[in-house]
Amino acid sequence: MEKTEPTAVALDSATVAFRLADGRVYTAVEQANFAVANGEFVAIVGPTGCGKSTLLNVAAGLLRPAGGAVRIFDKPLAGLNRDAGYLFQADALFPWKTAIDNVAIGLEIRGTPRAEALARAQKWLGSVGLGAFAGRYPHMLSGGQRKRVALAQVLIRDPKILLMDEPFGPLDAQTRQIMGNLLLELWTADRKAVLFVTHDLEEAIALADRVVIMSAGPSARIIGDWRITLPRPRDISEVRMEKDFHALHREIWSVLKDEVMTGYVQSTQAGAA
Amino acid sequence: MSRITLLALQILVAVVVLGLWQFFASVPVFGKILLPPFFFSNPVDVLEQIIKWFATGVIWKHLAITLWESILAFVIGSAGGILVGFWFARQPRVAAVFDPYVKMVNALPRVVLAPIFALWFGLGVWSKVALGVTLVFFIVFFNVYQGVKEVPTTVLDNGRMLGMSERQLMRHVYWPSALSWMFSSLHTSVGFAVVGAVVGEYLGAAAGLGYLIQQAEGVFDVAGVFAGMFVLSAFVILIDMVVTMVEKRLLVWRPTAVRQD
Repeated sequence: MEKTEPTAVALDSATVAFRLADGRVYTAVEQANFAVANGEFVAIVGPTGCGKSTLLNVAAGLLRPAGGAVRIFDKPLAGLNRDAGYLFQADALFPWKTAIDNVAIGLEIRGTPRAEALARAQKWLGSVGLGAFAGRYPHMLSGGQRKRVALAQVLIRDPKILLMDEPFGPLDAQTRQIMGNLLLELWTADRKAVLFVTHDLEEAIALADRVVIMSAGPSARIIGDWRITLPRPRDISEVRMEKDFHALHREIWSVLKDEVMTGYVQSTQAGAA
Repeated sequence: MSRITLLALQILVAVVVLGLWQFFASVPVFGKILLPPFFFSNPVDVLEQIIKWFATGVIWKHLAITLWESILAFVIGSAGGILVGFWFARQPRVAAVFDPYVKMVNALPRVVLAPIFALWFGLGVWSKVALGVTLVFFIVFFNVYQGVKEVPTTVLDNGRMLGMSERQLMRHVYWPSALSWMFSSLHTSVGFAVVGAVVGEYLGAAAGLGYLIQQAEGVFDVAGVFAGMFVLSAFVILIDMVVTMVEKRLLVWRPTAVRQD
């Protein structure tokens, strides 16, 4: 870990548990330890249902851990994480606001005058390639376009930390690559700390500086941490052709594969029970 | 089907129905008039009555009264429904306590309240408004309650993560969601406001369309009853058109509102 950069997000033996309807306690994540340095792009990969998103919600302050601590820039997190922007997996845009109003809202609620907020929102829509769609309502945009608006909505507030929960999950393969490149391009301009959750190992390696692997749930643990040394700037579709990429992929997959199988078996058993 | 064909067919239905009515009410079939004028009147007489009302101008006063009662019932009922809907949705405990009573009152056929309201508020405008309010209130209340409850968690979390305070969440998330639910039931609530007014007038009043119909009925003036009914339907259709226009304005962001045209 770079000693020079401060730690943006740190989880110290964070445990997350939920009380189930029948009174039992379900431990989703157990004793998770990891840190994201400022300016670092970390991807969390794990099988379905391993609690990756749970971990992200803990970092966002939307969820309180049952044990352990969360520190944001070396301060314990109380309440919501005000330094973070959150890109959700599901559609989170306000359907009653136009694209530009959706982007401008983050500034408006801070007290920025509306005219200025709109001007800056228009600029951000331009940077995500939607300059001509300012007046559209979310339902008039495609899934990929909505993700772009959501990205602009988060980035206009200039958060120091970017939390992303399988943001490109619902998109088709081509759109995912385009969005990945857009994300890298925007991230390179001013390096924020990024915590990116995905179940797609290739996507994780292509995007991140570090890939963290989680075991299958329940009581999921962090079981691996790889540094991705592929040179930047990267192009998502080209980096996948490189030899180093394949070597890394093979190495990480050998660990992840067992967990994916465990997760699959557990999910079928849970379904039968 | 093109618009003109559709319109022609729609007019044709009216012409056929009115033609049959006029025919059976005036021409004997097998030596018997199937629709005796005393019970069924006939379209020509009904039309004459309507023209007379408009020519002499008596109808305007009654229309204005009914419209005014409907508007008041709608506005007061909606305001109450929005307030209580928000209150209950944000305070689940209050909602839980009042739940059986809300269901009880809502289950009550409102017509039985009309005499009570006449007793409390007199035979003037307010007893009709009160009846309309009891109808409108519940529709708006249930929709606003649902609208606040059904805000997707992701949208709410997004608002929070964007830094919205509770008040800002109210204004930018809960309020628009609740309004959209309320507007989607606008046709029903406006319709019930009119129903409340007319039924109230029918049961006891000195003016209004319901009163007009009730008066005609009292003297076995069947043409007057039918004329009143036709004016009432036209009145409701006009109001409904206004509501549709308002709805299109307000719900542009909703996919259904756009696809409708």
